[in-house]
Amino acid sequence: MTREYTTTRDIVGPLLLVERVVDVTYGELVELEYPGGVRSLGNVLEVNGDVALVQAFAGTSGANPSETKVRFLGRALEIGVSRDMLGRVFDGLGRPRDGGPEIIPDERRTIYGEPINPTARDFPDDFIQTGVSAIDGLNPLVRGQKLPIFSGAGLPHNELAAQVARQAAVLARSAQADAVGEKLEGEFAVVFAAMGITFADADFFMTEFRNTAAIERAVLFLNLADDPAVERIATPRVALTAAEYLAYTCDMHVLVVLTDMTYYCEALREVSAARKEVPGRRGYPGYLYTDLATIYERAGRIKGAKGSITQVPILTMPDDDKTHPIPDLTGYITEGQIILDRSLNRSGVYPPIAVLPSLSRLKQKGIGAGKTREDHADLSNQLFGAYARGVQAKELAVILGEAALSDSDKAFVAFADAFEARFIQQGQHEDRSIERTLEIGWELMALLPRSELKRIKDAYVEKYLPREGDA
Amino acid sequence: MERGTILKVAGPLVVAVGLERAKMYDLVRVGEQGLMGEIIEMRGDRASIQVYEETEGLGPGMPVESTGAPLSVELGPGMLGAVYDGVQRPLDELERRAGAFLSRGISAPGLDRDKRWEFVPAVAVGARVSGGDIIGTVQENEVIEHRILVPPALAGEIVEFSAGAHTVTDTVAKLRDADGAVHDLTMMQVWPVRMPRPYARKVASGEPLVTGTRVIDTFFPLVKGGVACIPGPFGAGKTVTQHQVAKWSNAQVVIFIGCGERGNEMTDVLMEFPELTDPYSGQPLMKRTVLVANTSNMPVAAREASVYTGITMAEYFRDMGYEVVLQADSTSRWAEAMREISGRLEEMPGDEGFPAYLGTKLAAFYERAGAVECLGSVSVIGSVSPPGGDLSEPVVQNTLRVVKVFWALQDTLAYERHFPAIDWLTSYSLYLERLRPHWDAEVSERYRARRDECMAILQRESNLAEIVRLVGLEALSPEEQILMETAKSIREDFLQQNAFRDDDQFTSLAKQDRLLEMILLFHTTAIEAHRQGAPLRGIFSAPVREKIARAKYGTGDETDIFDEIASDIETQLVGEGGVNA
Repeated sequence: MTREYTTTRDIVGPLLLVERVVDVTYGELVELEYPGGVRSLGNVLEVNGDVALVQAFAGTSGANPSETKVRFLGRALEIGVSRDMLGRVFDGLGRPRDGGPEIIPDERRTIYGEPINPTARDFPDDFIQTGVSAIDGLNPLVRGQKLPIFSGAGLPHNELAAQVARQAAVLARSAQADAVGEKLEGEFAVVFAAMGITFADADFFMTEFRNTAAIERAVLFLNLADDPAVERIATPRVALTAAEYLAYTCDMHVLVVLTDMTYYCEALREVSAARKEVPGRRGYPGYLYTDLATIYERAGRIKGAKGSITQVPILTMPDDDKTHPIPDLTGYITEGQIILDRSLNRSGVYPPIAVLPSLSRLKQKGIGAGKTREDHADLSNQLFGAYARGVQAKELAVILGEAALSDSDKAFVAFADAFEARFIQQGQHEDRSIERTLEIGWELMALLPRSELKRIKDAYVEKYLPREGDA
Repeated sequence: MERGTILKVAGPLVVAVGLERAKMYDLVRVGEQGLMGEIIEMRGDRASIQVYEETEGLGPGMPVESTGAPLSVELGPGMLGAVYDGVQRPLDELERRAGAFLSRGISAPGLDRDKRWEFVPAVAVGARVSGGDIIGTVQENEVIEHRILVPPALAGEIVEFSAGAHTVTDTVAKLRDADGAVHDLTMMQVWPVRMPRPYARKVASGEPLVTGTRVIDTFFPLVKGGVACIPGPFGAGKTVTQHQVAKWSNAQVVIFIGCGERGNEMTDVLMEFPELTDPYSGQPLMKRTVLVANTSNMPVAAREASVYTGITMAEYFRDMGYEVVLQADSTSRWAEAMREISGRLEEMPGDEGFPAYLGTKLAAFYERAGAVECLGSVSVIGSVSPPGGDLSEPVVQNTLRVVKVFWALQDTLAYERHFPAIDWLTSYSLYLERLRPHWDAEVSERYRARRDECMAILQRESNLAEIVRLVGLEALSPEEQILMETAKSIREDFLQQNAFRDDDQFTSLAKQDRLLEMILLFHTTAIEAHRQGAPLRGIFSAPVREKIARAKYGTGDETDIFDEIASDIETQLVGEGGVNA
């Protein structure tokens, strides 16, 4: 049932207040036609008696109160989903952008999804080998996890995200899988959602995907910097609706890259400000946490389902400030964070992952015997501890001079340098196996006095620590 | 059942007209699907309703029906091991009915209506009973005997019992009150969540809530019936600490509220607790646990209700005489839910947009904790997630006014992988004096003194660390250098604890005491040895130090190891390995 009105009263920012409407519901999809034929989609943010508040995805430039046509479509914002989405490029609302035909949908789904029942979730515990030592060795990603990259302007987060998307593989290492020769690796797909990034950044990803033929198993949703800002509010949801279809209907393991969440939040703030809502911190709406959660929590695994959704959202921290509301609230929802560091980047380390503040909350379940290797957890704890101490000793050396350090501190300084140069540092196209990552870790352990290896079980030290002369 | 119609829909808030006779906090059904909601404001003929489900698709003109009763929970056999959402809908039942995703408008009663429980009367016919008295029992599972209580506000004489297998709604007893009216008593009670269950008298308990986590039990202990707060920036280990307490604490019943937190965390609990063994009963932990899960992507209004649902259940088990630990993770999300609803009501905001009544609500919630007469207790551990790790924000500040224990998690400690990342300098516990008689009698008379001495050493360390940072370790006197080493030993060999290592996750109080004893013995012996001429380098490299470092590992009390360490310290520092070599 379509109802068309020309009774717009107010236009404020991206919002229109439409009067004397009947049977309008909350969340309903709206089609707007401005004088001159410009069209935009929108949705109902609030309905009060016969007055509806509509947000226009394409903005309100060109709209006027008397001639703007507002059509209520009687349904929520939906996209058509199908396997044929793979290899295609869409705009931020799911319309083809690559000049190709409309896809023939298998079914239509509203973009808001439904929360996964916590009892239906399966705990993410399959290690994903990204081939990046600083991630695999210390902050491993597991299938069904949401692990954001906290970055800053000018840092190579796109390179890292592309590398992860290219190299990610799930290891079929469980004893059970080995026994029956079963491969855990299902079909793998990448869903890429761009919100407000530049064409150059989007083109980098498309080229990367094309060069490695990854484009065949990728779906791209692009809302670029010059596309309507409010549309960005729908983009991650459109992408996740596609991802859910691929994961739970087509049994694929989907890696969702969302970039840049900062622009998403700014679009949300723009709408909130136009509604004159009481702002929370830094002008962001008080419901930012809930809103972000409805995006991030769509990652996961479901019992009995073969597919899964793993999310790697990227956000640039304004002024590298981790306490800014966007990274802060994201960190509270996601299962850890990979933080990129400017000083590492300046000293030429790629990927410039600040391992100390980075964290993967699910790593305990994803590593160890049967997943990666028995010594993985202890070794990574020790690497963390030793690197932290090395960094501290270095700070001390800056004040007092190298000579003032004790012998053991000197060993830790040497360790920290070697750790950055050999463990963190690697090539953009270097795909390190987890064995190689752990091996490098043990080689570094050899730089420390044996008595300092307190966090590793003796048996592992015996078994894995390279003996003198070995190397 | 009064019917009204929707006037306005704005997110989780719906305004309806035509509900003149409805009362504040009445439960209502909204729209054709009958979505659950609660009246939170009334102006003239307009009632504002917070809806516990997604409101998409609702519009003006749709029906609203008042149930005439406030939001309540069903209390009775069948709660243990269950997983509920914020308004006590059983999530496993919803999954059976609707699949892996939570669709709207589905509902199921909190307690299974068909399951039969074996009711055993505990008093004789003719007994005079009043509210809270136990009239019978049901063996709910191998761990917990469910005690059937006379509902509060009822008193009189039991005139009839019906022992045997019954459902929760069957009449199991009849009670005649003073006016001669006969009441049917069932195994199920219905109680409004926002109203605290009554008790005769609160008492100040001196019994520790043992968690097996060394930094908590020894340095910042909690009593049964106490209240604690864990604030921490993300990644500091708040959730792991809460899980540790849920797993290892010596309470009989654990209520875990996942309030606006991650779905996978609830899954973790759901998958892990049935596998883990309760160290006290030998049965799966899940048998003593009730989960209330309202994850961050579930509707925000139900999040607001979830802490009340949880604490009402906790009070009910308390009334049976059990010791209950309630963990709310995280109260910040609860406060944010309040803020969101308050914003939609267009109330005048207080600090950072939170409603002005934030402090009152927080205090009222924590005050529902406590030990009561008839020996039950509710301990409440609330986690707070301060934005940006800033402890000056309103939720933390309002919480600190009411709690007695503060476990300050520090992200800097977490970066060094010092876990649990509880900062020993800023945390506190106001229960130390209350615990003293218990510690003296049950652990050892030196335990408290050792704890205080270690705290003093840690405090000195932080002062000296400033000097070391400026002029180097060599600037310290030998005794101060020994102190620095001892402080390091306290931090690494005592405070650090690996929640994921089987042989480290739980340490008994007796063993915690012995660990401190060894660390302090090394300290005093080292000072003595140095006075007698032993070089510092030799003292610090004594092989016994590695033994001390590893003493924390193990699942028992390992008394023989400690005796060995004590004699090693003696021989290696002052005996033939040390000064007298």
